[in-house]
Amino acid sequence: MSDILPTSAPPSVPAKKIAGFKPDLLMKENHNLCPGCGEPVALRKLLEAIEAVGAQERTIGVIGIGCYTSFGSGIDVDLVQALHGRAPSVATGVKRMRPETLVFTLQGDGDMVNEGLQEVIHTAARGESVTCVLLNNGVFGETGGHMTATTVLGQRTKNSLEGRDAGYHGYPILIGDLLAQLEGTAYAARGSVHDAASVMATGRMLRRALETQEKGLGFSFVEVLTMCPTGWFIPTAEGPDYLDKVMGSVHTVGELKRKAHD
Amino acid sequence: MTRRLMEGSEAMAEAAIAAGCRFFAGYPMTPFTELLEGFAKRLPESGGACINAESELEAVGMAWGAVATGARAATGSTGQGLSLMQESFSEITRAELPLVIFNMARGQGDYYQSTRGGGHGDYRHIVLAPADAQEAVELTQLAFDLADRWRNPVLIYGDYLIAHANESVDITPRTYPPLPPKDWAVDGTLGGSGESRTVNPLGVDKKSLGIDPEGLWNRLQEKHERIECEEVRVETGFTEDAELVVVAFGSVGRFVRHVVREMRADGLKVGFVRPITLWPFPSEAVAAAAHAAGRVAVLEQNAGQMIDDVRLAVLGAAPVVAIGGISTDRSGFGVGDLLNPAAVRGRIEGALSTGGNFR
Ligand SMILES: Cc1ncc(C[n+]2csc(CCOP(=O)(O)OP(=O)(O)O)c2C)c(N)n1
Ligand code: SF4
Ligand SMILES: [Mg+2]
Repeated sequence: MSDILPTSAPPSVPAKKIAGFKPDLLMKENHNLCPGCGEPVALRKLLEAIEAVGAQERTIGVIGIGCYTSFGSGIDVDLVQALHGRAPSVATGVKRMRPETLVFTLQGDGDMVNEGLQEVIHTAARGESVTCVLLNNGVFGETGGHMTATTVLGQRTKNSLEGRDAGYHGYPILIGDLLAQLEGTAYAARGSVHDAASVMATGRMLRRALETQEKGLGFSFVEVLTMCPTGWFIPTAEGPDYLDKVMGSVHTVGELKRKAHD
Repeated sequence: MTRRLMEGSEAMAEAAIAAGCRFFAGYPMTPFTELLEGFAKRLPESGGACINAESELEAVGMAWGAVATGARAATGSTGQGLSLMQESFSEITRAELPLVIFNMARGQGDYYQSTRGGGHGDYRHIVLAPADAQEAVELTQLAFDLADRWRNPVLIYGDYLIAHANESVDITPRTYPPLPPKDWAVDGTLGGSGESRTVNPLGVDKKSLGIDPEGLWNRLQEKHERIECEEVRVETGFTEDAELVVVAFGSVGRFVRHVVREMRADGLKVGFVRPITLWPFPSEAVAAAAHAAGRVAVLEQNAGQMIDDVRLAVLGAAPVVAIGGISTDRSGFGVGDLLNPAAVRGRIEGALSTGGNFR
């Protein structure tokens, strides 16, 4: 990993844009998520995947409630804003009425694995032809860093101050592995955004998931591990490493299921 | 016009489909189950879909997604299942989506739930309360029109009798004045960038910089005030020279109408007011009848809920007494001893004989 610039003092030279990372399907230049947040990176790969399959004019997204929600007015595809946890059922209604469209959900781990676990499981079990995308940072980022169902053992959050303890808080749910077991799930994968290679691999997973939907093979799912330095209470620069070593050692990255795919 | 003998639930499902409903999701619960069965049987053959949802939470979510695409869609349950759906109802109202909701209630204890809204925040649903299967058919069709016209959920308050009684009905599709185009719905075609849309409960569009809750809520309140002015529906009978007016809704209202006619035939000066819209409440009709008669009795199958709206309408100008009450058999499905003309007559005669003293 390259040297990280110190963030305790202002930079001696002004920041300079060296490359454009804004996908065409994002209408705003700036976002208001924290520096070092992994969610915008994951979202970029999702939007690029939609463009890659050429679906920008036949896509409907359904967004849950978390930090990523603020992108809702900036994403240039048709959207429905759902309640916390409820995006998969809303996506089901959308898809049944508009079967010709590509339908995705965008949810956090609190949204999908805590509040709405039953929604995503049944949507997968029905083999619903939608793609659910999970931004998994192991915390409720939006509320300020609270424990979720994916928080790993030992992880400190606002309501597991001494670290998640199995005896007291129970064990994390490995949602990707769980969904992969269901017959209705045609594609399941877990990616990460902690370095360039993992970002590229995540982009390929998202594209494969959308292609699975296009081919009508069944439910598709991509979990993306994302940094949340704010909710993890660590320096921004340590986010990628923490993601890779702490979260990534439990929620292991890779394709989990690929059914009848080409 | 062709009349057919049909179970109320089946007739309501057919009426909804005749009105263009193409999506339904629900979770079985007595006495709502047959309505779900009706949709499950008939929607696929009409090119629609009916999903047996995992719970009422998913049912309302699915219907939310379907209406967001511009399709006519509905969900429903009994009051119990609707309790689970309330978070979504609040937000769907704020997203101004034309959802139709069926409450095949167990009795009339859900009056507050339907008219006050069991969910959070300031919102209103138009609530239609049919008295029999034929009216349920007509109000089902009207519900889809009103929902689209106002971009607001419409709830139909049914019950066990309406759901299960076989009655003669006519399901010819009604015609209504033209509706505004659904230029807010998402069909997926507007991305990158045909000016993509967002359907949301925050009152924002893709160009918004932030949210403006006060602006949104004021706009909704203004809409709800217009609905209050324009959509009141009520049936009254014998109120001109009545000495006592009885207010009742739904199936109970049907019993009251029947009993009042019988009592009139016997020379007793009673009248009735039957709210068809529970919200907006027919306050003017109730007030006018109360002023003329000088005495009001409210017969509802609950511990006293609609009586609040009656009292607000009458504003102290006449005494208002409750002559209904909780009445259910051991099934708990809301069909008790009160649903009987003799019992209803007994209650009304009791109110008549107490003269002006209602305490
Ligand atoms: C029913 C309900 N309960 C609680 C909340 C409050 N809430 C908003 S965002 C959030 C957590 C989001 O966490 P996650 O889904 O992991 O997304 P992140 O912020 O981490 O991206 C919660 C609990 C809510 N909006 N609705
Ligand atoms: S709190 Fe976490 S998830 Fe939310 S914007 Fe900040 S870094 Fe991202
Ligand atoms: Mg999270």
